[in-house]
Amino acid sequence: MVLVQVIVAGLLIGSVYALFSSGLTLVWGMMNVINFAHGEFVMLGMYVAFWAFTLLNFGVASFGLAAAILLFVLGVLVYFCLIKHVMRGPMLAQILSTFGLVLVLRYSAFWAFGSNFVGLPENILGPSLNVGGILLSAPKLVAGVAALVITIGMHLLLTRTMLGSRILAVAENRNAAMLMGIKPDRMQAIAWGLSGASAGIAGALIATFFPISATVGESLGLIAFVVVTFGGFGSVPGAMVAGLIIGLIESLSAFYFGPIYQDVFVYALFVLVLWIRPRGLMGKA
Amino acid sequence: MKITRRILNVSALVLALGIGVSTVHAADDVKIGVLFPLSGNSANAGKSAVAAIEIAADIINNPQPGFETLPLGAGKGLLNLGGAKIKLVIADHQGNPSEGQAQGLRLITQEKVTGIVGAYQSAVALTATAIAERYGVPFIVGDGVAANITERGFKWTFRTTPIASDFANLYMEYIGELKKAGHPASNIAIVYENTDYGTSVSSTIRSIAQKAGLNIIADIAYNANGADVSAQVLQLKDKKPDAIIFISYTSDAILYMKTLKSLDYMPPLVIGDNSGFSDSAFIKAVYPLAQGAMNRSAWSTGPKDSVTWRINELFKAKTGQDMDDTSGRDMQAFFVLADAINRAGSTKPEAIQAALKQTDLKPEQLMMGYKGVKFDDKGQNILAAAYLIQLTGDRYYAVYPEKAAEKPLVYPFKGWK
Repeated sequence: MVLVQVIVAGLLIGSVYALFSSGLTLVWGMMNVINFAHGEFVMLGMYVAFWAFTLLNFGVASFGLAAAILLFVLGVLVYFCLIKHVMRGPMLAQILSTFGLVLVLRYSAFWAFGSNFVGLPENILGPSLNVGGILLSAPKLVAGVAALVITIGMHLLLTRTMLGSRILAVAENRNAAMLMGIKPDRMQAIAWGLSGASAGIAGALIATFFPISATVGESLGLIAFVVVTFGGFGSVPGAMVAGLIIGLIESLSAFYFGPIYQDVFVYALFVLVLWIRPRGLMGKA
Repeated sequence: MKITRRILNVSALVLALGIGVSTVHAADDVKIGVLFPLSGNSANAGKSAVAAIEIAADIINNPQPGFETLPLGAGKGLLNLGGAKIKLVIADHQGNPSEGQAQGLRLITQEKVTGIVGAYQSAVALTATAIAERYGVPFIVGDGVAANITERGFKWTFRTTPIASDFANLYMEYIGELKKAGHPASNIAIVYENTDYGTSVSSTIRSIAQKAGLNIIADIAYNANGADVSAQVLQLKDKKPDAIIFISYTSDAILYMKTLKSLDYMPPLVIGDNSGFSDSAFIKAVYPLAQGAMNRSAWSTGPKDSVTWRINELFKAKTGQDMDDTSGRDMQAFFVLADAINRAGSTKPEAIQAALKQTDLKPEQLMMGYKGVKFDDKGQNILAAAYLIQLTGDRYYAVYPEKAAEKPLVYPFKGWK
C-alpha cells in the first residue's frame, strides 16, 4: 500500500515537472534557442497568480488565465526585444543573453516583491482525494490534468494545424519558410508567446501548493532542462513521459535510499539514456 | 586688522576653555561597536538586531521607568565611569566573512571601540572574533550558534546565546517528561536539511537523544531546494515515530506542513528547530495546518508591564514588529557587555575581560529566558537556556518550562484539526 502511494506521489510530482517543461520544449527543442529564463517565467506566473488572487480575488481558473495571458505577452516581448537581435550574433551571445535575462527577472522580482516567501491558501483547490486508500493531492492532480491537456493540445497544434506547420517550417529552415511566404518573426514570436503562456499556467498551478519566492525559478528551471533533454528535443510527448519517469525515480529513490540520494539516481539514468540514445527518449534523429 | 586678530585670539581661547571645561565635567562617551548584516540577504535580521541594541543603549543612557531590575536599567549611564553614556558605532558586514573581518578591524583601530557585539551569521562571527582576539578587544557573540566559535580557546570572545546542545537538551527534557506522563515517547525521527545548519544541529541532537536512551527510527537528510517532500513524509508515515524534529528552512518547512496534510499523516509531536518554523512567512502560510507545533525561543513577551513587555512595546514603536528571539539574544549580549564595562569601572580591555570572566547575572536581571549568564573558560555562557514555544492560532506562546509558560502546553500535535 505504501509502495503504491509512493508511486502515485512520484507520478503526481512528475506530471508537474512535465507541465512546466512543455514550454521549454517548444523554444529549445524546436527553435534551437536555450531559454535559461524558463524557470523565471514560471516564477513570474506564480506571482501573477498570487497577486490576482490576493488583490483582485480571482478564482483558480481566472488567475491561471491571467498568468497565461501576461506570460504570453512577456514571451512575445522577450522575442522582439532580445532574441530576435541576438539570433544574428554568435551562439554564445544567444546563450548568455537569456542567462542575463534570468538575472534581470530574478532580481527585479526581489526588488519588486521582496525576499519573503508568500503563498496561496493551502486549501484553494480542496482537500486530497481518497481513492481506495490512496491519497491524491488536489493541486498536483489538477496540475497533472493540465499537463496532459497542454501536452496534447500543443502536440495537436504542431502536427495538425497550419500554424503548427508554419512554426515547424521556420524551425527547420528559416529561409525556405520565408520563400513559402511565411513570416518567420511572427511564427517565432508566437512560439515564444506559447512557451511563456504554458510557463504561466504551470506557475499558477504550482503556486497552489509550493511557496512563492523570487528564487524559485532556480530549482524549477534546472528540472525543466533535464526533462527536455531526457524526453528528446522537440518532442512534446517526450517531455511528458520524461517528467513522469523522473518524478517516479525521485520518489522511489527518496523513499528507499533517502532524499539526498535521489539526484544520484535521476542523473545516473539521465546520463545512461543520453549515452545510449543521445537524442533523448522520443527525439527525432 | 589688529582688532579682528585680537577678537579671534580671545574667541579661540574661549573655545579652548569651553572644550576643556566640558571634558573635565562630563565623562567621555564609551564607544561600542555593533557589527551586523545591514545589506544583503540577512539585512532584515541585522536591522532588527541593531534596533534592539539601540533600545538597550537608550535604556542605559536615559532614565525611563520600569527597567530598574536590569543592570544599569536606572538610565544613568555607566555609573562607575562617572555616568558615561554609551555611544554605538554601527557597522555593516553584508553577511560576508571577509567584510566582517575588515569592519571589525575598522571598529577597533579607527573607531577605537571598547567592545563589539555581533554578528548574526556564525561564519562572520568566526572571522570577526579572530580580529578582536588579535587586538585584545572583547567581542560578545549574541546569536551565532556554531560550536567552534568558542572552541578555539580565544581569550576575548564571549558568547551569551544558547547553542545546539542547549536546544537538544531542552527537546530531550520535554520528551522525557512526556514519557513520564505515560505518553509514547521512545522513538524519534530527525529530519534535517543537508547543509551546515541542518547537519551540525542534527548531529548534536542525535548524540544527545542517544544518550537519553531514545531510538532514532528515521534519520532523514534532504535538500532544502527540492520541489517535493512526499517521499519523506511517506517514510515517516510508514515508521510512525513518537516525535519528529525538523531542522528546516522556510520553504521546506511550509512544504512539510502542507504535505503532512495532503498525505493525511498526523504525527503525535512536531518540533521545529527555529529557522523556518520561526519565519513569519511560515506562520502566515501554514498556521492553520500546524496547530500545536513546538519550537524554541529564549524570548517571551511576558505579562503586561513586565520588563520584557516594556521592551517589546519600545521595539514595536521603533520597528512596527514584535520583538523576535534573535534580536532579543543580541540585545541581551549588549546588556552583558555594558554591565561588564561598568563593573570594570574602566575602558581598559584587560579590566573588561576580567569583569566579563566574573559575570554572574541572575535570571531576574535578564530580559531573555536564560538561567543566568556565567562564562566557562572558553567564553561560553553555561547558564544559557531556551523555552519551548507552541503555535496556537497565528502566534507562538511559551509553554515549557512551566514557570515561564504563557499558555498550558497542548499534546498531541493538532495540525489542521
